[in-house]
Amino acid sequence: METLEQIRDRLLARFPGAEVTLVTNPGAAAQHSLSLGLAHAAAMALFLRDDAELKLDYCSNVTGVDWPEKEIIESTKVSVPDPAGGPAKIVEQKTKRIQPGSLEVVYHLYSMAKKHGPVIIRLRTANRTDRANVPSLTPVWRSCEFQEREVFDLFGVKFDGHPDLRRILMWDEFTAHPMRKDYVEPDDYEWEPTPHGTVLDKAKAHYPPSALVAAAPAAPAHGAPTHAAPAPKEAPKP
Amino acid sequence: MLGSGLLQGLKVTAKNIAGSFHDPERLVTVEYPEQKTKLPENYRNFPFLVSENATDPMGTLRCVACQICEKECPPQCIYIEKSKDKKPDAAGKMQVYPAVFDIDTSVCMSCQICVEVCPFEAIKMDQVFEIATTDRFNALLLDRNQLAKPNSYYHQIHPTEAAEVDGRLLAERKAAEEKAKAAAAAAAAKAAAAAAAPKPVATPTATAGAPGAVAATVSVAKPATPPAAAPVSATPPAAAPAASPAQNAPASDGKAAP
Amino acid sequence: MSNSGLEFPAPVGGSHVAAVHDPFHGDLLEVSMGPHHPSTHGVFRMMVTLDGETIVKLKPVFGYLHRNHEKLGENTSYLASMPYTDRLDYLNSMTNNWAYALAVEKLAGQPVPERAEYLRVILAELTRLLNHVCLAGFLLQDTGASGTPLMYAFREREKILDLFESLSGSRMMCNYQRFGGCRVDASPEWLAGAKHITDNFGRFLDEYEELITGNEILMARTQGVGALSPELAISAGITGPMLRATGVDYDLRKVDAYGVYSRFNFRVPLGDHGDTYDRYMIRVLEMRESITILQQALRDLPAGPIMDPKAKIRGFRPKAGEAYGRIEGPKGEIGFYLISDGSPNPYRYRVRPPSFVNLTVLEDMCLGQTIADAVIILGSVDIVLGEVDR
Repeated sequence: METLEQIRDRLLARFPGAEVTLVTNPGAAAQHSLSLGLAHAAAMALFLRDDAELKLDYCSNVTGVDWPEKEIIESTKVSVPDPAGGPAKIVEQKTKRIQPGSLEVVYHLYSMAKKHGPVIIRLRTANRTDRANVPSLTPVWRSCEFQEREVFDLFGVKFDGHPDLRRILMWDEFTAHPMRKDYVEPDDYEWEPTPHGTVLDKAKAHYPPSALVAAAPAAPAHGAPTHAAPAPKEAPKP
Repeated sequence: MLGSGLLQGLKVTAKNIAGSFHDPERLVTVEYPEQKTKLPENYRNFPFLVSENATDPMGTLRCVACQICEKECPPQCIYIEKSKDKKPDAAGKMQVYPAVFDIDTSVCMSCQICVEVCPFEAIKMDQVFEIATTDRFNALLLDRNQLAKPNSYYHQIHPTEAAEVDGRLLAERKAAEEKAKAAAAAAAAKAAAAAAAPKPVATPTATAGAPGAVAATVSVAKPATPPAAAPVSATPPAAAPAASPAQNAPASDGKAAP
Repeated sequence: MSNSGLEFPAPVGGSHVAAVHDPFHGDLLEVSMGPHHPSTHGVFRMMVTLDGETIVKLKPVFGYLHRNHEKLGENTSYLASMPYTDRLDYLNSMTNNWAYALAVEKLAGQPVPERAEYLRVILAELTRLLNHVCLAGFLLQDTGASGTPLMYAFREREKILDLFESLSGSRMMCNYQRFGGCRVDASPEWLAGAKHITDNFGRFLDEYEELITGNEILMARTQGVGALSPELAISAGITGPMLRATGVDYDLRKVDAYGVYSRFNFRVPLGDHGDTYDRYMIRVLEMRESITILQQALRDLPAGPIMDPKAKIRGFRPKAGEAYGRIEGPKGEIGFYLISDGSPNPYRYRVRPPSFVNLTVLEDMCLGQTIADAVIILGSVDIVLGEVDR
């Protein structure tokens, strides 16, 4: 199979003006990927599928990745000339910069005809809120249909041109996107008494004490404070 | 001929009906409550805590409340509180013990990860599976009194594994004792040498440069040294590098580091 | 389209049947099959629109078993996700374990000793046997052969589950593979038991085929039903026996040759028509190939360690990077995609579930068939809802 650099160069030659960048993977797997600009993504995907050399006819895996907004502190060394005329001092300057958040969709492509792969392509949305759109690749590979619906459901990426973009795993009335890193589960998510504080504390905040007492009648014998149901609070005596 | 496939199938069914009366390969079920199959040795159910002694299970728990299993447990069903005081363990060493050790078996998924991560061989998998209760909450929350079972019980349910574990523990204990003895002897020799010719060698750097494995065994060995030896060696850190025979090599790069 | 009344009303709980008026075809009937329906292998729902008995539209609805497995994976350590992978496709915990272990080993650059690789192959092929034998039983259950063939299949599965239990400690939730090897070594007695089962499985298959394969009713119910074209199968990312039934030669054991599969001599059975009967036959043939792999693996199993000495159980933190590892599971390509940021938990943990993707073409296969055939077609896709919904 061609290397990713060759594929990138051919894509750039075929689609002048398109954005294609090579994303290197520092890990041991060394599965590098190509990040495609959204404007030409669908056309480039079609090219990757139909090109006689590559024939990437099989899209195995479609994944969403959430990259929330991140504060990056960069330290640069700046040499400050000494006003007294001595040697210049090197001072470390710290600059804060906010890396804008985005959602990313990763496609793992293989070729069943030529039995090679993977070629990994990534599409990045402009932001995580109002411009979380990428072009749908379902018209190119049918296997994206359910997987893109899943990415839409769990990450909130909107796929332009998807034939049937509905929630697939969560129910239709659900509003949030649970796989985002900043998702907070509702406090009535789980309230059965367990020996663990966090679940129980949440339940205590959500439910009136009487409901908890009804569910779990007695504290265990050794009576550790965080265990099982809390003792019903006595009403303040007048 | 149409229907010959059906007849052939009926022949197979008849063979199976007849075979199920005499061929164990064709009848794999047993009448459960009356008849029971033998559990395989590796079978696992819920965890229990190993105690050294059956007569005093709370006093001889191997668990030192390090809380590694609590952290690693995938469904987070273990709850541990450390004790404030210390008690001597099987080797006579003072150790923290779990004041509270609970396992919520209604949450536990019997994955055995607590057993694998435990560095003290203190938690093992039980084989009791007839544990149905009528109370969904408290009866399934096992505390340390219910969890503690003696080592002899462990030998009974997992004989080969238990023998291996005991051998390993014994070897570790012996090694630690020998290390401690060697350390004490070397410390005494060093103290004598130091008294003869005092020269400030960079002993603390040697401890920093010593490989992790050596440092770990030394820290095990240290409390086990007879307390009488402590006042003899004037410099306590000297005992640590003396335990490692290869201390000279790391000492050289240890010097370069600061 | 809106005039024809084919639009679905908002989903309601429970079973739901409604008449829809269509001026061209007369009255259409809309049936909500499931989620509690014996033929759907779990909690799966099909919104089916019927013209008489013929299906004109079918929309699968699932997610009833959704527990956000991927979020769980991101909130726990690498090791703690291993027992959760058992619960994806709860029939095939050994192959799920392997796929996950393979992805993490790729991520961390962790080698695996040879004996462990052989044990993995043995266990994966035993898993394939038990999955396919179950599928054959359930497929026949769906055609109406209630009980008998399924119980014969379960009897054979039981023997393999006993093997798993005596090796890993649990029948279905094995939690056996580790990053860099396996957890417990197989004793000579265990290997003898595995050999006994392998040697006898072929005889059982002969008998099973005698019972079923030539059966006129089965042929009438499955041949030509739910045919799938190879082009659609490739485009829709269908993998596993369902793809090979359409005649596409793509088996990851050959293509990727992960583990030590390149050392075994086996064939990849291919179908011609891509219909339900082919999907059934492919599985029977694959079981025969699995038996030959098992015999070779049990013969060649080397001695040695089962765990890489450098492998870490506690405090496992792979370097930053990403990896996608996939294996040929009994249901198709099961893959794990992991992104590490150097912390003890994966930054992104994704499962590529084979039966979820294989469901994509359910509607295409069912259109024009009768409602009774939809049950068989769904059975031949071989889904497990624990994996579809995750």
